[in-house]
Amino acid sequence: MKPEDLQQTISLKGLKLAPSQVLGGVRLAPVIRKQVREDLRLTRRPYHEDVAAVQLDQKTAYYSYIPHAFIADWSNDGSPAVAYGTQIRRLQKGQKNSDGRVHDLGFMTARVMKKMRKREDRNRLRFLPMDLSLEGFLSLHFGGPDVIWEEYSRAAIRDGLSPRCEMSVPGRWIKGLEDALRVFEIHENQVGSLIFVGDALASAFIVPHPDDYRDLHETLLTDDYGELLYFYGLYAQENRLHPADIDAKRVASLEDLRREVKRVRGDWSTLHTLMSDNLLDCPVHNEMVYKMGPFQLQRFMTELNPKAENHIGEAIVRKNGTLEYLKSYRLSAAQCRRAYLLMQLADSNWSVEACAEKLSCTTHELIYRLEKAGFGHLFHQHVHDKVQSMLRNAPW
Amino acid sequence: MTDGTYSTSSPERNRLREQCEREDLVMFINPCFAATRQNEYYTDRYLASVSIEFLHQYTLINYRLLYARTLAAGINHFNQLQIIFNLLQSGAPGDPRQRAEEGALIAAALRGLPPNRVYGLFTRLQQARINNRRTRAVIKTYLNWRREPDFDAIKYRNKFRSAAAHIHFQLDAELGRFLFDPSSQKTYTRPLLNQYRQAQYSASAIYELPFTVAESLAQTHQIPREVFLQKIQPKMTAAEKMRYQSTAARTKGVDIEFDLSRAGLTKLALYILSLKQRERRDRAVELQAALNSAATKALRRAPLALGRVAAVLDRSRSSLGSRERRNRPLGVALAASCLLRNTAREYRSFWTPENEEAEYEFLTRPAGQTALAEPLLAALEWRPDLIVIVSDGYENDPPQLVDQVARVYRETIGKGNTPEIVHMNPVFDADHYSPRRLGSTIPTVGLRDAEDIPTMLGFARFTAGTTKLEDLEAYLSHRVKRMLNSDET
Repeated sequence: MKPEDLQQTISLKGLKLAPSQVLGGVRLAPVIRKQVREDLRLTRRPYHEDVAAVQLDQKTAYYSYIPHAFIADWSNDGSPAVAYGTQIRRLQKGQKNSDGRVHDLGFMTARVMKKMRKREDRNRLRFLPMDLSLEGFLSLHFGGPDVIWEEYSRAAIRDGLSPRCEMSVPGRWIKGLEDALRVFEIHENQVGSLIFVGDALASAFIVPHPDDYRDLHETLLTDDYGELLYFYGLYAQENRLHPADIDAKRVASLEDLRREVKRVRGDWSTLHTLMSDNLLDCPVHNEMVYKMGPFQLQRFMTELNPKAENHIGEAIVRKNGTLEYLKSYRLSAAQCRRAYLLMQLADSNWSVEACAEKLSCTTHELIYRLEKAGFGHLFHQHVHDKVQSMLRNAPW
Repeated sequence: MTDGTYSTSSPERNRLREQCEREDLVMFINPCFAATRQNEYYTDRYLASVSIEFLHQYTLINYRLLYARTLAAGINHFNQLQIIFNLLQSGAPGDPRQRAEEGALIAAALRGLPPNRVYGLFTRLQQARINNRRTRAVIKTYLNWRREPDFDAIKYRNKFRSAAAHIHFQLDAELGRFLFDPSSQKTYTRPLLNQYRQAQYSASAIYELPFTVAESLAQTHQIPREVFLQKIQPKMTAAEKMRYQSTAARTKGVDIEFDLSRAGLTKLALYILSLKQRERRDRAVELQAALNSAATKALRRAPLALGRVAAVLDRSRSSLGSRERRNRPLGVALAASCLLRNTAREYRSFWTPENEEAEYEFLTRPAGQTALAEPLLAALEWRPDLIVIVSDGYENDPPQLVDQVARVYRETIGKGNTPEIVHMNPVFDADHYSPRRLGSTIPTVGLRDAEDIPTMLGFARFTAGTTKLEDLEAYLSHRVKRMLNSDET
């Protein structure tokens, strides 16, 4: 895999945005695919267990609630990926299948799986949406400090950051999302949606084929969202957006009027692109996860800027750069902060002094920030005490 | 008012008051065509009932005379019943002329309503413990007016009984025994009552009873469904036959003879939409003929002659309606299209999203978004005299564009000879106390059934806000006169 094949930005190549539909504080902007090709299809495999454990390597496992997996079928030569007349296998509740083993623990059920993504056939891949990118996010500098400095506690040196956990909110909790998804009028050629809560981009979801989208539309409700969006949902009002009206001065004939209508329609698309400028066309860190014929499964993370919106997500990209599948998750402010601090620390070789210098603050301030972000257990007790006493004597 | 006081005779004040009153009344009458206490695609039942109840109370208290007269405006059954209920609840007004008019209106309206709904209203009155002199008189007059009290007593047994008990209605001995002494073993001299008594014990006797009554008894006697449906057919009403078509199709060996030509236009459109796509296609010629004859019949009742007419019709996903009003907006659009086609000299329809079924409109199904601007442009290009938009008003692709198109066209291109544009909305938007508007340029009216289009075209000029209050009052009193005089009884 050459690094230049990876997407540097998320761009809506071959896609366009239609005017959004608003219900309450939730705004859904349809994504329309100009040319639908049939050589990649996405279906859903539901899981009914309360929790799932995925073994990543010998020492690491990932635990999460996973409502479903996605199955990607593709063909290498561009022919339709799902032939007509193919039997669609539906799994019954509790039935054992190739996705690991189901355990009934009495008070809860659990599924234990081997891999995040698994090739089930020559041209078929099972992967766990969102968990794939969340796992990538969690494993960010997972091992903890590489270099032993005296500030670090023994536990941190022994176990690193294990276990690292992040909280997210199910879509059902976001006020108005369920109703908005229900009354949403799906377009003819629609393959995805941008979801805005309180006019902040909550998530982007794009699939290869309109039929797949119709099937997967309601999975947006079972998806995870950052806890920030839960609060946005609570306080959001119905917002009215208006691109420039039709300009009566420029209309002299029906033809002009028609052109103006087209322009307004185009303005909506521009507007939605602008509203999602923290995800679309903004530089991202990318990582190739899986190569599937002419497609690549990648995961990405926008540059962790604590002052801006940050998204993590995953995408399937065709060789020519067309986006076939996209799912993003907006990190909440606290999550951004954690990841940002961790990254800075790792970049300065886990040296607290060097990092403090880089962020132009004192070491005590940095340690205080790390503690507040939830990484207090990294540091030795005497460091804690020192920071506390400093704070008492000279609060800033 | 520069001195900070309001003089009573100030023309400005009068003008404002008149405008306020006109807007209030339009705001009340307009939703009365479309509002029901039912779930809609976008709003739920609770919101709808709170919203419509507020409108009723507000109008009742502020404009009592016109509130009663609204009964004659051709509004839907739900709102007629609500008005009657509120009028009875609040007691008779002091002014004898007004009292007489209200009484006549109530009586006339009740006679025009389906009896099951009227009996339902009586039960509601009883449950709300409304038992003033006027209520008693109204119920008594209605019960006396009914031609077959035996039939009513059987078909609406509980409701009839509670109404009779509520007003201490003088029943004859047999009917009284039938309603209030169910364990009585004596036979009746009246055939229908006797039939009902027999049907309690004999499975073969139920086929002389009305369908709905026989249906529950068939359960008691454990008669197989197909046998029951086969034998009860002569007793089914046209509406019941239509309703049970699909049930019968699922039951083996039953074929309900059903006369398509008897159904009303909107009912027929809804029936057609309830059929499977394949059946619709197979019976297309027959269904189209039935639609046309229903439209002709509706037009005979309310004549209407139009020139060049274009219709912009919404078949987006929200025209699916709710579970309670399945396909209603789409059915109304379909029926409206059929009605306009039959009355206009020239007619063209523009569906959104575009209808791929070129030949038969009723092969359509609800899907996709609401984009009204482009179809309106296409309609304008055709240069009609009148454009009718039938849509639930939730324009979302993009929002509020159709109003801009209409406005800009009027200002720049059309000038004097812009066609009249009317938006007819079969859905009540509880959030805004009115059928949802497309914008200020396009007058919006609520629409109950497609058959009401002639009425609504007359009413539309009031919602545009250009007419005076006197005109609205004159319009209403004209409708009142017509309603009270055309009463055949």
